[in-house]
Formats: sequence, structure tokens, C-alpha cells
Amino acid sequence: MSEAITTITGTAVPLPGDDIDTDRIFPGRFLKLLTFEGVGECSFAEERAQWAASGRVHPLDDPRHADATIMLVNKNFGCGSSREHAVQALMRWNRGIRAFVGESFSSIFFSNCVANGIPAVTVTAAAAGELMEAVAADPSARLRLDLTRRTIELGDRELPFTLPDAARHELLDGSWDSTATLLAAREELLRLAARLPYFDNWNDHEG
Amino acid sequence: MTSSGTLYEKVLDLHTVRRLPSGRRQLFIGLHLLNEVSSPQAFGMLRERGIGVLCPERTFATVDHVIPTTALRRPWPDADAEAMQIELEANVGRDGIRYFAPGSGRQGIVHVVGPELGLTQPGTTICCGDSHTSTLGAFGNISFGIGASHVRDVLAAQSLPLADLKVRRIDVRGRLAPGVFAKDVILAIIRRLGAKGGVGWAYEYGGSVVDALSMEERMTICNMSIEGGALCGYVNPDATTTAYLEGRPYAPRGAAWERAVAYWHSVASSPAARYDDRLELDADALEPMVTWGVTPAQCVGVNEPVPELDALPQSERVLAHDAYDYMGVEPGRPLLGMPVDVAFVGSCSNSRISDFEAVAAVIRGTQRRVPKGTRALIVPGSEAIHQELVTRGLAALFVEAGFEVRRPGCSLCIGMNADALEGRQVGASTSTRNFKGRQGSVLGRTLLMSPAMVAAAALTGQVVDARELLTREAEA
Repeated sequence: MSEAITTITGTAVPLPGDDIDTDRIFPGRFLKLLTFEGVGECSFAEERAQWAASGRVHPLDDPRHADATIMLVNKNFGCGSSREHAVQALMRWNRGIRAFVGESFSSIFFSNCVANGIPAVTVTAAAAGELMEAVAADPSARLRLDLTRRTIELGDRELPFTLPDAARHELLDGSWDSTATLLAAREELLRLAARLPYFDNWNDHEG
Repeated sequence: MTSSGTLYEKVLDLHTVRRLPSGRRQLFIGLHLLNEVSSPQAFGMLRERGIGVLCPERTFATVDHVIPTTALRRPWPDADAEAMQIELEANVGRDGIRYFAPGSGRQGIVHVVGPELGLTQPGTTICCGDSHTSTLGAFGNISFGIGASHVRDVLAAQSLPLADLKVRRIDVRGRLAPGVFAKDVILAIIRRLGAKGGVGWAYEYGGSVVDALSMEERMTICNMSIEGGALCGYVNPDATTTAYLEGRPYAPRGAAWERAVAYWHSVASSPAARYDDRLELDADALEPMVTWGVTPAQCVGVNEPVPELDALPQSERVLAHDAYDYMGVEPGRPLLGMPVDVAFVGSCSNSRISDFEAVAAVIRGTQRRVPKGTRALIVPGSEAIHQELVTRGLAALFVEAGFEVRRPGCSLCIGMNADALEGRQVGASTSTRNFKGRQGSVLGRTLLMSPAMVAAAALTGQVVDARELLTREAEA
């Protein structure tokens, strides 16, 4: 079993904007890698360099957010490419992002999060805005995500979040790393495969 | 098997090993395709865990993202690309996975090669570590992209956990006017439903327009399902599907063929199927589409003005404002006349023979050449298509008209090899994504459009309505 994820406590980094795609999170030219080791530095690499060149401080480079373990986003975060590098890089950025809080996430990005034990929880637009404002006003503010209660605590505020039941179940009981679970049904699976109406099993007729 | 229901329900029910305690399904994967970008980490994780590949016979690999499109000479000039190539070869060799090597006649973009070889059949489930796996749903199956951890799972257990999706039926009615193509249909659908409208959904495409499309065109539509947020998209299998597959190297033969066709037709959505949502799109008035922004939903008909802020819903204005600035486009005016630096016909979206025939028609119809200062690239989706371009004289026609004809690969769709935009260059492209920096330059600007429209842009160095250009040149 993988580790059970029940609560995540930490400071947050806001990354406002809809449709932040995985090419922005992890630019394509860095994809020529054989492992995920050391990919943290690639997080938003092009965008951070651009901001720096124009004298602006990207949220990820803002020293006030250097300890952040929670990322605050808006709609459709992680859209586009299926590259798991996007999740893996942010997990390795500084102290490592351990949870995402946003208005919505792309399907594949969300699956990649679950597969790595990372909750990507959904809040209303108003709540996302409120959290971003609070964190901008006080970057040292600590958030606490409670997967059991489906709440985010911030000071004396408590905001509800949603997380699909299956993902929540897998995170809470530590079954998010699915390989062993899937292999447990090996015999059942091979029996199913044998009775599927497939034909020729892809033998090459020209071969 | 349920005889009523959608194809999505029928295929998933057949392929469900069990419900996991969490409620997700353990879905059996009939065909697993591998590329060099998302598989090395997966093989690495398997080695760490001492787990082998469960069904190597259901797994096929090729190399597409990092491969140079210039010459077939190893080692590749880019050492990182070469390392990925070597790693893939070692991994498939160790586990006895069939591999379509460069120079074998079968290498190409994985989503182009699978169909061409008859691997991607109706009624099955297909995964690949690439979001454009949705392309393969054109054959009437459930195909979707996954990350490296799930590539690991499919290698280890030929299955993965999948959350249920809702199904939206999209009926495209009417008829496409001449000069309007599948690319325009899917861009119009994404514009209507939004880049995030499909999150949590599978898209089923149908209606008179889709029924009349070739398999290549259906692939273009399903390809961009993910750009609308849908994990997968499909078209029900019909006579067009079976005619395409018959006789291909991995398609069933003889008695097996007859049984296969019967099964394939049985998985099509029944007329009584219930959908979670429906959308009807009238295609009669559809124009060639061009993207003006940084998501595929930010597109307009070529003669239509780029929408002004107040014409857009409140929720889209911040992104639109940012896009005007990044793209350097003026709201309220059409994109017509916008200078184009690089024209690219290729990618898993549009690199098949009919796409290049559309380019050839524009060249022949206008008798033009690519002007000085404009670069135009033809990058076929596979070695077989490349060969066909040569054999049929299309490659010579393209070169004569000033295009570069390259070897197959993802090329300028992703900018992982030497093919990339430079600086703020504008690329007219048949590819999949107009994200910031997507084509290899951090400030590069991408205008997505159909192959005919890219050809017209290549031959004039600017955004033009290909139909109008053809009419004008014919009269001249």
C-alpha cells in the first residue's frame, strides 16, 4: 500500500489564470529526459525566465512563497499534453507541492495527480479568489486541507471543497499507487482477456 | 453484452475487470502504444519494483517526438534525442515488444502508424502516454492518453483505474461547403463548447457530416477531442471504418474478418441509446477556421473579426485580453492579411495523405510558389505516407513549389527536435495546439487551420481564405 493522505498543511502559492496548460508548466524542450529526477527546476521554466527578464517576479520565484506546499489555481489547470512531468516537476519544486486547490483540472492532469498521491481539490470561483487574496495579503498564512471532512481551513475560515469519491477513497486509504491493486486481479483479468471478442490478436499478415 | 446503450457503455462494460474498492473501474486495455517520451520513466519504475510486462503481445512502440525530420542517420545529432531512442530500443528489446524502427517503413507518429497498420480496431480500449491518443476513437473504440505512472500500470497489469465519464453526443448536420474540412468542424465544436467544456466527458461524434467523412477526416476530429477537454472522442464504426481496415497488415483475415465485422458493428451506439447531453451543430454555413488566441477555443471563421472583449462571456475576457497581447492581433478585425513566417502541414491531427492532397490542390490551383521570407514544411505522419508522397509525385510538386518535404515525426507540433519557430514568428499550422511556446519558441505564435488554409498561407506569406485565393487565381 502507498501512503494514506488525510491532511495537508502548509503555505500556498497562488498561480492565477484559466487554462494553464502543461506546456507552460513543463515546456516541451525539457521533455528529453529518461527519469523524473531533477525535473523540479523545469517548472514553468520558460515563463519564469521571461518574467525575470522583464523585471517581474514569478509567483514560483517569489521568496515569500518559497516554502509553499499547496498551489492555488483557477479553471482547467493542467490542460493539454498528458505529460506527467507537469505533476512530477511541481512535486519537486522547492519543498514540493503536495496539493492543488482550484476551480477545475484537466482529466489527465487530475489522474496523474491521484497516481502520485496528490489531491487536486475543487472549490468555487469565489473560494479560489478568497484563498488567493488571503495568501497574497499574508504569504505565511497556513492552509489545512482535510480530506476526511472535505474542508480547507485558513485561520478561522473553513471552506468546503469537492473531490471525486473514488480519488478521495484512494488517497485516504493509500491505494492511489494502483500497480499492486491492479495485479491482484491478474487471473480475473486474463480470463476476461481470453473471452473478449478480439480476432487474430494482431498477428501481422504481411510479416 | 448490452444491446442498448452507447458505444462507450458497451465497450467499457466488456473491458471492465472489476470495480475497485474506490469505485473506479479496473479497465482492461486491448492495445497499448508506446513512444519514447512517456515510456522510459514507466519502464524505470517497473525495473525498480521488479515487475515485468504482462502482455507484450498487446504492446507496440515507435519513436516520434524527438526524431529529427531531416536525415535518417544515427546517432541523431541531438545527444538527448539519441539517448531516448537508445532507451526505447533497450526497453522494447528486453520485453519482446514489437517496435516500428526508423527506416523500417513503419515508423511514424504513433497515432498515424496504429491506424495505418490496422492495429486500432473498433470495440477495443487503447492507451498511449500521449493525450492525442483520442485520435484513435475514430475507429469506434475508447482511446485515451495517460501519464507515465499509468503507462507503468498498463505495462504491468494491462489495465488501469478509470473514473466513469459522461457521454455527449455531438451531431454535425448539413453538408460541408467546398474548402471546409474536418479541421474546421472540430475547431468550431471546441469554440462552441470551450476548451474545458469536455472535462469529465467522452464525445460521440455523428450526424450527416461525420457519416460522410473519410477515416482520415474522422481522425482529425477525434484527435482534437482533448483540446476541448474531453478525454476521448469516438465515431461509431460503419462501412467506412471496415473498408479502411480491410487488408491492412494487422487486420483480421478470412473467417475471422467476418466475425470481427459483426462484433464491430454490434458495439455501435444503439438508436435508443441515452446520452448525458446532446449538441447539434449546423455545418452548412461553416467557414474555414483560424485560431487567433492561445487556446484552440479561441478561433473564428477566416472572414470573421477577432471577437472584441465585450462580445465574450465575462469568464473568458482575462484570457482573451492576454491572448490579444501575446498574439499581436487586433480585436474587431479579421486575421486576413496577418503575415505568416512558417507554414507547417503535419502532426497527428493532419499528416495523412488526404491532407497533402489538399495542399497539392491549392498549389495546382494557384500555380504559386512559397514567397521569399516564408518557410513551408511538409512533414508526413509516417514513412508509408512519405513514400506515397514520393511515388505519386506529390513530394516533387511540393519541392517545386518551395516547400521542404521532411521525414515523419511530431516536428513543429511540439518543437522537441530542430524544427521550431524562432522568436515571435507566426506559424500557420495544421497541428493540435496553439498554446504559448508550443512550437518551440517561447514567444512563438501559432495559428491553427486546415491543410488547405496552411497551404494558402504558405503560398502568399499571409492569412488568406484559401477558397477566395483559388477563385481569384483561376480568374486571373
